[in-house]
Amino acid sequence: MDLVYIAHIGVILFTFFMLLNSAAVLVLMERKVAAFLQQRLGPNRTGPWGTLQPVADILKLLFKEELRPLAADRWLFALAPILSVTAAFSAFAVVPWGGTTTLFGLLPEPVPLRVADVNVGILVLFAITSMGIYGIVLAGWSSNSKYSLLGGLRSSAQMISYELSYGLALGAVLLLGNSLSLTDIVNQQSGYWFGVIPRWFIFIQPLGFVIYMIAGIAETNRAPFDFPEAEQELVAGYHTEYSSFRFALFFLAEYVNMVTVSAVATTLFLGGWHGPFLPEWLGWLWWLAKLFALLFFYIWMRWTLPRYRYDQLMHFGWKVLLPVAVINLLLTAAAVLYWG
Amino acid sequence: MTIAFYTLAAFILALGVLVVSTKNTVHAVLFLVANFLCVAMLYVLLQAEFLAVIQVLVYAGGIVVLYLFVVMLVNLKRGPETHVDPRRRDRMGLLIGGAVLAEFVAILLYGFAPRATGAAPAAAAPGVGNVEQVGWSLYVDYLVPFEVASILLLVAMIGAIVLAKKEP
Repeated sequence: MDLVYIAHIGVILFTFFMLLNSAAVLVLMERKVAAFLQQRLGPNRTGPWGTLQPVADILKLLFKEELRPLAADRWLFALAPILSVTAAFSAFAVVPWGGTTTLFGLLPEPVPLRVADVNVGILVLFAITSMGIYGIVLAGWSSNSKYSLLGGLRSSAQMISYELSYGLALGAVLLLGNSLSLTDIVNQQSGYWFGVIPRWFIFIQPLGFVIYMIAGIAETNRAPFDFPEAEQELVAGYHTEYSSFRFALFFLAEYVNMVTVSAVATTLFLGGWHGPFLPEWLGWLWWLAKLFALLFFYIWMRWTLPRYRYDQLMHFGWKVLLPVAVINLLLTAAAVLYWG
Repeated sequence: MTIAFYTLAAFILALGVLVVSTKNTVHAVLFLVANFLCVAMLYVLLQAEFLAVIQVLVYAGGIVVLYLFVVMLVNLKRGPETHVDPRRRDRMGLLIGGAVLAEFVAILLYGFAPRATGAAPAAAAPGVGNVEQVGWSLYVDYLVPFEVASILLLVAMIGAIVLAKKEP
């Protein structure tokens, strides 16, 4: 067991732990931002500035009674939240969150700050994201309840519809980066144009970025696309019958998915850990800053926009977003062919 | 490597049997997903990462979701009994079973036949990944069959839409 090997494992465990933590941070952020947008104070009793509120939330969920409908499919009812969380966590594995580090010279060779650099990284991410649908569909079906089933069906229809635009937006970046590895793509975004503008892909692919974010919000079932759990019509959608820790797992999966979508947007469009003013070894601070800017955008959207109607969502996805994404991809391909 | 292959092969076979023997259709579809995932692992074992990911993406993540959709939405109660010649099914089964058996025997004979160990499969040029190789063979070597297949799929899709669309 040499030091580098241990450091690799350390990075993996750290990434996992921080992903878990990010859900807690996001819960607090969501509550606080929502409160400020609605001119309230938000949680401020548990801990200083309400910082212990996520802990209280988690403990409450843990100690709640576990309920399962009698007519539910026992195994699938238990399996569904696990599938959701597994897909959410494993998708993050290919996202690099920093350059390399030697821990101030402690390690003999630099260790990259990511779980895995797969040479088909983006496709892996896309494949795992598409597996995430199963958790939601099965939750809806196995609960044996009408609200849950409708929620699950809506969600899968929505995810399938928006996955296409999501993939096409990613495809345009792949053409620019000429690689499927996320680390390669980030490294191509270092440096500046004319000495001032960072070489981030968002400046060549503004349309791609907008398509990606819209499709990403729809993929993660967040407002204004949160039909699977539209409270007014479906009680709570696919997790209506879930309680206690199983519900907490769905909750966790939703937040981790948000983090993954934002992290991928950071990596592909915003130059990953590259940015001005900071030395290379502090690049992960840039990464975090960009990530949280996007997460803030997510929360901001949720508390600002009303929910669409379901037919509007489908119409928008298939007849507006998808054609625009196809045109964007074709134009990018033509441009790469001409100038590349 | 060999152990991994046989473990995976055993899983694939067992899951395949479960797919056809499970009474609950939704469970059967899920076993099918697990089956596809195992096949994807087999591809990884053969160092065809691109194919493995595409297998997960297209089959496990795309097509089977649609299966699940259909299974969940369609009422799967048995329809009213219609009179079918009971021996018809046996004859069909015998025919199809015989064809599959013949195929297996052919594959086995071909596999064990002594062969000059000719040129090993062209080793990948260094620095050329899986994706590039697949791209070259799809869009250069086999461009016409590939395009013909895609047109076939397009025709099938348009046909399905025409059939499903009711006259206003």
